Amino acid sequence: MSSSNESITPSEYIEHHLQNLRISVGEGGFWQIDVDSLVMSIIVGVVGLGVFWLVARRVTAGVPGRLQGFVELVLEFVDNTVKDVFPGDRKFLSPLALTIFVLVFMMNLMDLIPLDFVAKATEAMGLPHWKAVPSTNLSVTFAMSFTVFILIIFFSFKSKGVGGFVHELFTAPFGSHPALWLLNLLINLIELISKPVSLGMRLFGNMYAGELIFMLLGLLGMLGGVFTAGSIILSWGWAVFHILIIVLQAFIFMVLSVVYIAMAQEHH
Amino acid sequence: MAQFIALVQSNMALSIGMIIGLGALGACVGIGIMGSKFLESAARQPELIPQLQKFMFLLVGLIDASFLIGVGIAMFFAFANPLLSAIK
Repeated sequence: MSSSNESITPSEYIEHHLQNLRISVGEGGFWQIDVDSLVMSIIVGVVGLGVFWLVARRVTAGVPGRLQGFVELVLEFVDNTVKDVFPGDRKFLSPLALTIFVLVFMMNLMDLIPLDFVAKATEAMGLPHWKAVPSTNLSVTFAMSFTVFILIIFFSFKSKGVGGFVHELFTAPFGSHPALWLLNLLINLIELISKPVSLGMRLFGNMYAGELIFMLLGLLGMLGGVFTAGSIILSWGWAVFHILIIVLQAFIFMVLSVVYIAMAQEHH
Repeated sequence: MAQFIALVQSNMALSIGMIIGLGALGACVGIGIMGSKFLESAARQPELIPQLQKFMFLLVGLIDASFLIGVGIAMFFAFANPLLSAIK
């Protein structure tokens, strides 16, 4: 894409934009790091959560400034949501929910930057294939949902004990007759495994499809004339709709994580 | 060889269309039913609208999840088809 006298086919354009900057630090497919997703998620995390931390350091009890007012707004929103779902002790859950919400929202926000702005800028810096949105990478979303999964299991152990948890795996929801053990185990395992899988894939699918539609609209604009005008209008329309999707997906990820952890702590 | 590739690609095109189309069908019907119930209950008890609205948005996201997962998988097959690269 840096030489101007070669022409790219549409599928080459899309395939070029769909690849991450992948380097290998060892043998095989497991030891490959997507540098762009890693660096972007660290940057957005530091910026997003750093703003909250900086405001929390200089919090005043009098009339708050605008930034502190905004931070308090978000904090109360998240805390009320957690309180609705989990009436117990939420000293750990509320900060976790806030972290998840801000992190996922900031990652998704990168999707609103036009695609080729990022691609041209990073190619000028010598980095090919830079994807700016970490949540379009399946590894990133699954990393977050597996962390939530580990927390679910940790809280199950903490509130029911290891023995109690295993007992519940085999005897809920149908009963403790030994003939039903296999059925109970099957249902419980499916329920347990579907939680992180659906969390990760929901965020990934939404963001991947959104970015792909942006790419396809950009491709439509290359046809010239009325198509370019139409592509600009449609891109604008899709971006406006995408603002809703971004906030919604961050909110859903947060609420579902809190709901799963709350459900892990209740007894049958 | 070219016939193999043509076979895989033609089946792929049909199945991508079906994934996206049937997924959209299910998602839209589901959201339509949920939306109608929401409007009905909002008309009965207007003071509950903010709470119900919060749950409605949550359910919209959940219902859209399978559909968008399907779109993601279909798009993946459209552009980086592993079945095709296995033949080549």
